[in-house]
Amino acid sequence: MSVHQAAEGPAFELDPRLISAVAGAPPPATGAGALRATLTFAWRALLKIRHVPEQLLDATLFPIMFTLMFTYVFGGAMIGSPEAYLRYALPGILAQTVVFMTMYTAVTLNTDIERGSFDRFRSQPIWRPAPLAGALLGDTLRYGLASALVLGIATLIGYRAPGGPGGVAGAVALLLVFCSALSWLWLIIGLTARTPAAVMGVSTMILFPLTFVSPAFAPPETMPALVREFVAVNPVTLLVEAARGLLDGVPDAGDVALVLALSGGMTLVFAPIALRLYNRRA
Amino acid sequence: MSPAITAEGLVKKYGDVVALDGVDLSVPEGTVLGLLGPNGAGKTTTVRILTTLLKPDAGRATVAGFDVVADAPRLRARIGASGQYAAVDDHLTGAENLEMVGRLYHLGTGRSRQRARELLERFDLTEAADRPVRGYSGGMRRRLDLAGALVAEPPVLFLDEPTTGLDPRARAGMWEVVSELVAGGTTVLLTTQYLEEADRLADAVAVIDHGRVIALGTADELKDRIGGDCIELAVNGAADLDAARRALAPLATGEMKADGAALRLTIPVGDGTAALVTALGRLAAERVAVRDAGLRRPTLDEVFLTLTGHRADELVTTEEDGR
Repeated sequence: MSVHQAAEGPAFELDPRLISAVAGAPPPATGAGALRATLTFAWRALLKIRHVPEQLLDATLFPIMFTLMFTYVFGGAMIGSPEAYLRYALPGILAQTVVFMTMYTAVTLNTDIERGSFDRFRSQPIWRPAPLAGALLGDTLRYGLASALVLGIATLIGYRAPGGPGGVAGAVALLLVFCSALSWLWLIIGLTARTPAAVMGVSTMILFPLTFVSPAFAPPETMPALVREFVAVNPVTLLVEAARGLLDGVPDAGDVALVLALSGGMTLVFAPIALRLYNRRA
Repeated sequence: MSPAITAEGLVKKYGDVVALDGVDLSVPEGTVLGLLGPNGAGKTTTVRILTTLLKPDAGRATVAGFDVVADAPRLRARIGASGQYAAVDDHLTGAENLEMVGRLYHLGTGRSRQRARELLERFDLTEAADRPVRGYSGGMRRRLDLAGALVAEPPVLFLDEPTTGLDPRARAGMWEVVSELVAGGTTVLLTTQYLEEADRLADAVAVIDHGRVIALGTADELKDRIGGDCIELAVNGAADLDAARRALAPLATGEMKADGAALRLTIPVGDGTAALVTALGRLAAERVAVRDAGLRRPTLDEVFLTLTGHRADELVTTEEDGR
């Protein structure tokens, strides 16, 4: 066997398709198309839910605990009766649950990168953004499942949405749109953070103020002026107000439109950054 | 035979750090090239360029006839890669991990499932097929990862330190699998820090250090480059050591090395076997009591030391894997 220092410069300028056609060989194999690849990654995300249902439970148990605790401990004192409080707080609890879950997008992605899975995907003949798009699709399904879980428990303890099934569907849909858009931001964090643990740290620091300093659990009228100002500019406030309107059967078209616009804006800004980071990551 | 992998003058810089400083390679179809070097030498960077994960700053390379930059999408359909970090999904079962790869390669659900079972069977993982990978041993993970690289039956395979961190038994199993693949016509580029691995698997070895290929040839050719064989002697006392040294001096083709504490003598010789017979005759004539005598080919370790001026394992803990 002989070994050369690659001196002769092989003539590979010919189109390989032409070569295969002439040689009668099958044309070079290609990988799955964009949609199929994306669905495969979403399938992967769903398999994870099936194998590790605890993860979904982790994310939903916390808000459920809050629902029960707030309703029965503070509810009566704050708004008069537990039932009235539940009606007030549920949109916020629902939003908090799902908004908190968005951070797992970053954790999962970062774990994939750390473990080398993404290198493998990137060396496969697939539509480049498929792993990201598939992960987002899978995450959106998880958000839907978590919403159903929270709404189910709330119904068990006596919650009835004044807006009816239509209101509930609208609120959940709005939530999913917002959170999917927000997930692009988490993809950026997942792509830039060093370790999954670091992702968790950053996420919690961002998410706690966003979800608590809002009208999710208590009416902002009783809060100090400075806090009220933050509440006013907090996007979660907008989301909670819009969801509350839908659930209570008094939808505010302006709020809903604003949430949709905000979601569109987040996607327009964050998605290209995430895709660029993903493509450049090496 | 046309080369399955070519690289000409590959350069890659990270800021001021030159990771690759003009790497040239050529791997004929159906052979194994062992890319040997310490951590940080540029092995992983080379593999990342050849598998389209990184773009070179200069130079060009082709794999299976496709340019790594211009033809990246089509090139990806012809390669399989298995890294030093087993890129398998902990939460999924072994079968699901492989089925996913099949779906990504557009095999269709049924065919993907069938191919997954075939590979699990071949890699002795059938029993663990439906268990989450979390519970797999290091060797099982590595086999599953390699199986993942083989789903689409790629003609060219890149193995980045396939046995790093494996126990000797798992390592031997891995070697067997790679040998089988090559026997079936697959071209393999393998990086390793284990000289034994390159010796055992590779048709040709490229020694890489500081981003350059500093030697290229078969393991035997490389060993010949630093001289022929050595006779190693162990004797019973210091007097015997001196006597042996005097008796064998005419046979030595280079400087003899005597270790007074261990009572060992190393004599570089030209024609190994004949020299050994002559040496033993002379020692018997001089009545030198020999405790142990043997003939040894130089190890790749010594080749490495001679070529690079440092030992292969010296830098093991300081590697930057080229990310």
